[in-house]
Amino acid sequence: MINLTINGLKISVEEGTTILEASTFLGFPIPTLCNMEGLSPYGACRLCVVEIEEGTNAKLVTSCTYLAEEGLKVKTASSRVIKARKMILELMLASCPQSKIIQDLASTHEVRQQRFKQEYEDCILCGLCVRMCEEQMMAKAIGFRGRGENRTVGSPFDSKSEVCRLCGGCMYVCPACQLRCTYNEPEKAICGGCANLSPPCIEKEKFDDMMCYMEPCVSCEIEKFNNGG
Amino acid sequence: MLQLNSIEDFNELRRRLLTDQNGKIPTIVISAGTCGQASGANDLIRITKRELLNNNLTGRVKYRITGCHGFCEMEPSILVQPRGTFYPKVNMEKMIRIVEAVNQGKVLEDLLFVDPDTGKRIEKQNDLPFYRNQVRTILASNENIDPIRIYDYIQNDGYSALAAVLEWNEPEWVIDEVKVSGLRGRGGAGFPTGVKWGLLAEQKNGSGKYLVCNADEGDPGAYMDRSVLEGNPHSIIEGMIIGSFATGATEGVIYIRAEYPLAIKHLIIALRRARELGLLGENILGSGFSFDISLVKGAGAFVCGEETALIRSVEGKMGEPRQRPPFPVQKGIEDKPTAINNVETWANIPIIFRNGAEKYSKIGPEGNSGTKIFSIVGKVKNTGLVEVPMGTKINEIVNNIGGGSVSKTPIKAVQTGGPSGGCIPANMFDLSIDYDSLSKVGSIMGSGGMIVMDENTCMVDVAKYFMNFLKDESCGKCFTCRKGTQRMYEILDDISSGKGTLEQLDLLEELAYVVKDTTMCGLGQTAPNPVLSTLGYFKDEYEAHIKEKRCPAGVCKELITFSINENCTGCLVCLRSCPENAITGSKQELHIINQDKCIKCAACKSVCKFDAVDVI
Ligand SMILES: Cc1cc2nc3c(=O)[nH]c(=O)nc-3n(C[C@H](O)[C@H](O)[C@H](O)COP(=O)(O)O)c2cc1C
Ligand code: SF4
Ligand code: SF4
Ligand code: FES
Ligand code: FES
Repeated sequence: MINLTINGLKISVEEGTTILEASTFLGFPIPTLCNMEGLSPYGACRLCVVEIEEGTNAKLVTSCTYLAEEGLKVKTASSRVIKARKMILELMLASCPQSKIIQDLASTHEVRQQRFKQEYEDCILCGLCVRMCEEQMMAKAIGFRGRGENRTVGSPFDSKSEVCRLCGGCMYVCPACQLRCTYNEPEKAICGGCANLSPPCIEKEKFDDMMCYMEPCVSCEIEKFNNGG
Repeated sequence: MLQLNSIEDFNELRRRLLTDQNGKIPTIVISAGTCGQASGANDLIRITKRELLNNNLTGRVKYRITGCHGFCEMEPSILVQPRGTFYPKVNMEKMIRIVEAVNQGKVLEDLLFVDPDTGKRIEKQNDLPFYRNQVRTILASNENIDPIRIYDYIQNDGYSALAAVLEWNEPEWVIDEVKVSGLRGRGGAGFPTGVKWGLLAEQKNGSGKYLVCNADEGDPGAYMDRSVLEGNPHSIIEGMIIGSFATGATEGVIYIRAEYPLAIKHLIIALRRARELGLLGENILGSGFSFDISLVKGAGAFVCGEETALIRSVEGKMGEPRQRPPFPVQKGIEDKPTAINNVETWANIPIIFRNGAEKYSKIGPEGNSGTKIFSIVGKVKNTGLVEVPMGTKINEIVNNIGGGSVSKTPIKAVQTGGPSGGCIPANMFDLSIDYDSLSKVGSIMGSGGMIVMDENTCMVDVAKYFMNFLKDESCGKCFTCRKGTQRMYEILDDISSGKGTLEQLDLLEELAYVVKDTTMCGLGQTAPNPVLSTLGYFKDEYEAHIKEKRCPAGVCKELITFSINENCTGCLVCLRSCPENAITGSKQELHIINQDKCIKCAACKSVCKFDAVDVI
């Protein structure tokens, strides 16, 4: 067994356990995007970073790929980690605003701005599909090509692969394929409605046809209060 | 064919070669590395052979074709041994005269190097300001060795370190000696080599262990490794054999980029000759110890120099780094323990055993022992390969050995460590060059590239240039490295074209730190260095681009205009040089640039002899 400390709590885990698994066991949430049970960890999205060691040796590592080490001290939500996560999400919003998973992650991590030039890419190269195809479907029909800016996922020579069984597993796991609701401003990079901003009833003119199911509704109460109760 | 079956056989061969050697016969040494060949050394080789044959001089004058001697600026150059006469920038006509002069024991005064400071001619190579201040423990062998002749190497003490190590027959002692020498890896990170070897030796693996020579050298402007590979391949092979004896490694791999054809050729020949002689392969020198080395050619991705990517590339997979730990020493090629060292690191090994580890450790400051080769390029007079003890001051390299600025414009900064290194401003040239000092000021040693920049270099443009390289060369696996470098490039591009804002500048800095923090391999972790170091030392330049829409160095095209001032004599030269016909004016009249047509190529400025073209 390997003993380590996560956010001050001691835990013993079996050799080969990742920091992510150990933290999840203790109930510390770590956001992930390119990690999925049943597929080998890959470390592409970098969202699951945590801080290990202390002082000048302190550094961020991806918890999904880093194995627990004896005596390791882990912080899953230090200010350095939070700052990095928010920037990663902001970069993701800038590239792939149509993804529901990314929008939801951005909302829960209170990312309220997107300061880069807006792009609309349909893949964030998380590699889930590649691993799905290889490890669960045993097909290896798709893979990565190129490097840097030119890295893409695809089948050999972009032609229909002979080993592809059209199972759709790749599409099923793809976070970029799960479209978000577009609210009423499809162009906006940050999700405008439910999770992020004000509840619909505050901006009534934008939500003509929408019903509010909140009972009691906090914002209605506040509004009533502001209007002198 | 001669086969050495024992250490005694080797010593015998060595004794014979040393007595056969006649050091008095004048020898014309032709520097014919890739750089030399590109500047015409092949012609010189032809002419020399012809002249020697036609004049029946073959017994009286010898010639030797060698790798690079380091003084690139003066290539193709000729060295006459044993006198040490140095002839710079030789052409075919000069070569004919040199052959004749060597035969007559004369020196051709008019062809000698002219010291740009004193105007005096200097005869001997070792008296040139460029060579005088160097300590060339590795590079100096290049002039004495024809890389395809193993006997040349043996005559120059080659393989004697291996013979001594085999004779002593104690692997632990070898590792201890490397530890005592204090040698740190020359590939960039500066990890103590002895410690790495110790770790490999500890690994128990019945199915084999690997030793790798990392010859991927992908940094733009760096070619130290190439010069050693081309000029002295046996030194690397000897180093690797000693390493395998010490660590119990069973297989060796030299991972070399395919863009180095000459180095590959010399390595193939060297490996074959070493095998034929019994210095490599089964039962080396009859000692019962076996080790062989194979060559793997890389397809030229910068990231494949990173050790875990290199391992995957050797395995035939896509060159993509992976998480460390497990370190290669634990899990490397085909999951077998693997130790990877840089070319220059390997080349240092025979030297340590020839001269003694204790003595080696005394070169350079504590914790940074030995000499290091730098490739100094850019705006200095003497570009080339410079070998100096660790801890030498930047000033010494740039201004003494490099000869200072090539033009009247003062030097502004030096960029060390390749694309992911940092820029060090001229007011810090007192800094000594070692792993620790460089990282303290936000740069890295890298593999030893050194780019000198003068006041006509725009730091925003420099950062943009390197970021462009990195965004193409990132393997693309880590989201923050791939997108981070792209976004940093995007912001730098905005700033250099005058569209940047101060908010973007803050965003750039914020992003740079996150990229540093959240990427997996050394490429991503150091990628923000060009941005952070230029932001740290030259923030005013960034601000000038943003607030005043002005490029102080006159480089960023969108922000500059070319105009002609009263110095213009109306000589028509610029008018003819302009590719867009944007300049009007007639003889002896002030010329005018039509701004609508001007593409800012600076052709006019470079041809004007009267300083009449202004850039603002
Ligand atoms: C992006 C990147 C590129 C690298 N390129 C090279 C290279 O071209 N040559 C080299 O020797 N080391 C290179 N390295 C360093 C290697 O990963 C490794 O540290 C080195 O080969 C170890 O040898 P050493 O201990 O002798 O320095 C590179 C590292 C990174 C992160
Ligand atoms: S297609 Fe989807 S699953 Fe596949 S790498 Fe791209 S984002 Fe990930
Ligand atoms: S840091 Fe960059 S180069 Fe290194 S593994 Fe990640 S994406 Fe690839
Ligand atoms: S979940 Fe760990 S890097 Fe993506
Ligand atoms: S999820 Fe986007 S508005 Fe609700």
